[in-house]
Amino acid sequence: MATAPSIPTTPRTGGVTGWLADQVANLGGFAMSWVAGVGDVTVFAFQTLLWLVSRRQRRDVLIPNFYRIGVMSLPVVALTGLFIGMVLAVQSYAQFKALGLQTRLGSVINLSLVRELGPVLAATMLAGRVGSAMAAELGTMRVTEQIDALESMGANPIYYLVVPRFLGCLVLIPSLTVMADFMGVLGGYFYSHVLLGIDYHHYWANSREYVDAFDFLLGIFKSLFFGAAIALVSCHHGFHCQPGAEGVGRAATNAFVHSFVLILILDLFLGIWLNNVHDFFRPEGPRRLL
Amino acid sequence: MPATAPAPPRHRDHAAGPLLRVESLHVRFGSQEVLRDISIDLEPGQTLVVLGESGCGKTVLLKSMIGLILPTAGDVLFDGKSLASLNDRALAHLRTRYGFVFQGAALFDSMTILDNIAFPLREHTRLPDAEIRSAVESLVAEVGLPRSVLVKKPVQLSGGMRKRAGLARALALDPQLVLYDEPTTGLDPIMTDVINELILTVRQRPAVTSVVVTHDMNTARKVADRVIMLYPLFRLQAGEPQIVFDGTVADLDRSRDPRIRQFVEGRAGDRLMELREEQARAAAEDAAADGGDDA
Repeated sequence: MATAPSIPTTPRTGGVTGWLADQVANLGGFAMSWVAGVGDVTVFAFQTLLWLVSRRQRRDVLIPNFYRIGVMSLPVVALTGLFIGMVLAVQSYAQFKALGLQTRLGSVINLSLVRELGPVLAATMLAGRVGSAMAAELGTMRVTEQIDALESMGANPIYYLVVPRFLGCLVLIPSLTVMADFMGVLGGYFYSHVLLGIDYHHYWANSREYVDAFDFLLGIFKSLFFGAAIALVSCHHGFHCQPGAEGVGRAATNAFVHSFVLILILDLFLGIWLNNVHDFFRPEGPRRLL
Repeated sequence: MPATAPAPPRHRDHAAGPLLRVESLHVRFGSQEVLRDISIDLEPGQTLVVLGESGCGKTVLLKSMIGLILPTAGDVLFDGKSLASLNDRALAHLRTRYGFVFQGAALFDSMTILDNIAFPLREHTRLPDAEIRSAVESLVAEVGLPRSVLVKKPVQLSGGMRKRAGLARALALDPQLVLYDEPTTGLDPIMTDVINELILTVRQRPAVTSVVVTHDMNTARKVADRVIMLYPLFRLQAGEPQIVFDGTVADLDRSRDPRIRQFVEGRAGDRLMELREEQARAAAEDAAADGGDDA
């Protein structure tokens, strides 16, 4: 068990100079602990990948984890997707109607869904539902010495506790994303056709024209990174949980907050990178929506 | 030990030397020094009791002995092998020769008692399920638990039952060295004595060496061949050794050292006064610092 490096604190000197010195010291301390934290998560991720490839997981450990991460998350992901699809229709309808382009709603809704909202929402729900639960569970195990017990019996806690959760998130987040996409498409269509009366044929024809397999696969591809990030960040918070109920609570909250921020950062950079990939294969650029 | 259990490596590489050697161990967490220059040689078959008040580093010493806490300096050698020099796999293998009884038992909440006790057997042996089950049943019988607990989860058990299940799990691989972390804390007097008796029973197993960390003098009197007393570092001067006593229980009772007498007799002395003064000093420092900020 490694201990985090300590940040030396400077004694207070008082006065404006002292105050300034304190602020600089605080900033330095913050930067150092941030770098140490990122380094820690990286080492943790590396160990997880090492154990992932070096020893096969047991079926009776994997299945319950997959069930909790995937199956139990389906309803909430489906519901979120459905509503987001409808909300997109509600928000874009007025603008498109003013231009007389209501039938193009299908392309806008479905493109936003499969490229952005489906993957990000599925990941957010997973981080909230599963990520914080994993951090709380592993945190409790840390606090009650169950992780030490695993080690004392010659079993590796990363192999036993982290790898199954990592695999669960990585393997199942694409399915959850597909579910969010599907329900969003359904919700958008329901609102546009049934409630707004947009023509069925043109709605789908426009969707087919502007949303292609690349857009769909791009969303799925991004979701893999989100799943891995959620599992690693949440398990890391659980493993480094501070003692007591407060420590466990903080681990759960931080697991969600940090996962969510990481999802958004990854989303931005993956988006930029994948657009470049798209341009490489299709130098003519994207088809114009309007 | 159940006849069906596996035969872990019983031979020792350095049969003549101590089973466990702690060599000038230093442990520091951040700026806080917890252990300073601790050296202990543990002979095979010995039962060592480590006494000391809360916060003196007993548990840290125990966890260092199995490599759960890495020393800042110094080394721990088990059967001549330095724990620090081993890679993960070798250390995991070496740990099968240890049994660790945790303070709160540390049973896995998500598993039944059967799966908990069977865990080390499933992890390190290829025994068929039926044999594992019978091994678990005899372990449970050894620590005096009814067979009906096997299907229960740890939360359904009382504190004493959990402790005994934790002991059964620690004994599953027929360890050479059993480490007990505060085995009787939080138990009623009768259950405390039951655990003491169990520690004595475990000692009867051939070639078992034990280390018991406790602050319970009754446990020390009942089970110890040898007693070591640790003293909190912040109460010691720079050069003073942290081990303030090393000998038999009889020697401990005869000792004239006021620090030892205070612990053995359980007297608060001027501790309460000291704690209040410390609190007042800290409050005064905070007030001065706040005043300095405002200026």
